[in-house]
Amino acid sequence: MATETVALVEGEEPGGLVFHPFDQFEVKPLFGEIGDPVSWYTITNVTFWMALSVLCVIGLLVLGTRGRAVIPSRMQSAAELVYGFVYKMVEDVTGKEGLKYFPWIMTLFLFILFSNYLGLLPMAFTTTSHIAVTAVLALGVFLGVTILGFVKNGMAFLGLFWMKDAPLFLRPIIAIIEVISYFVRPVSHSIRLAGNLVAGHAMIKVFAGFAAIAALSPLSIVAITAIYGLEVLVAGIQAYVFTILTCIYLKDALHPSH
Amino acid sequence: MEGDIALFGQFIGAGLAAIGSGLAAIGVGSVAANYLGGALRNPSAAASQTATLFIGLAFAEALGIFSFLVALLLMFAV
Repeated sequence: MATETVALVEGEEPGGLVFHPFDQFEVKPLFGEIGDPVSWYTITNVTFWMALSVLCVIGLLVLGTRGRAVIPSRMQSAAELVYGFVYKMVEDVTGKEGLKYFPWIMTLFLFILFSNYLGLLPMAFTTTSHIAVTAVLALGVFLGVTILGFVKNGMAFLGLFWMKDAPLFLRPIIAIIEVISYFVRPVSHSIRLAGNLVAGHAMIKVFAGFAAIAALSPLSIVAITAIYGLEVLVAGIQAYVFTILTCIYLKDALHPSH
Repeated sequence: MEGDIALFGQFIGAGLAAIGSGLAAIGVGSVAANYLGGALRNPSAAASQTATLFIGLAFAEALGIFSFLVALLLMFAV
């Protein structure tokens, strides 16, 4: 698919694009030949960088809390800061009952945050740029929240779709819209994260491609620097947005009648 | 000849889908502008509403990302 497009672009205008901006998202096995089949146990660049981000999370929290000093070291401050930030977010949005699910939300936040930031390193692979990865995270949230809502509230969970405040004749129409928007949640939840990262990384590579033309190369350096700064911001904000939306869905499951 | 017309339509469609990204930019700008307007009128309430601001930005931006996705699908998947 990608190789065809490269051939097409190169065939049409020789000397145009040196590399394709989407080559960076290609999943390939780390060991062995390029064309090797990818099975579930193959170590690919996706699994490698995912494992690396998990290791970074473990490293931050284990090394950060090892000293447990009254005056925290730098790493301990960072770990405490992240913990406090997510804890406050869960408490603000879902209330006291939601704190039971704090470990889950903390895990999601740290995994996405570290995947996003590791993906910004040069030559790195951004695991969260794949919809397959983010869709699993979002589907986990969707299924977990739906099951939790039914377990906690029973059939009263369906009150989420039946607006008591609306006039009676409008309620069925609103219910249909609410059901549709409920099922679109995992789609938008996953595509928002993946799309933002794909767009940013592809943009960096598009401007990097301009460097092949000598007259445009200074522009390319300035543009890459500016976009990289924006991407650092986006990586943090998207992790935050994913987490806070998870908190909101959790709040809906715990208190379906608003 | 037929393949050329399909390719033509693909590129035109991807370009049209990119308009959606621009419209999402208007939406994101409107969210941020209204937040700033409200925050300057009542700065003491601003800090408590940053979460709402980011949620609003995310919802507006997601629709732009959807049109970007449509453009990508037209370019690479069709």
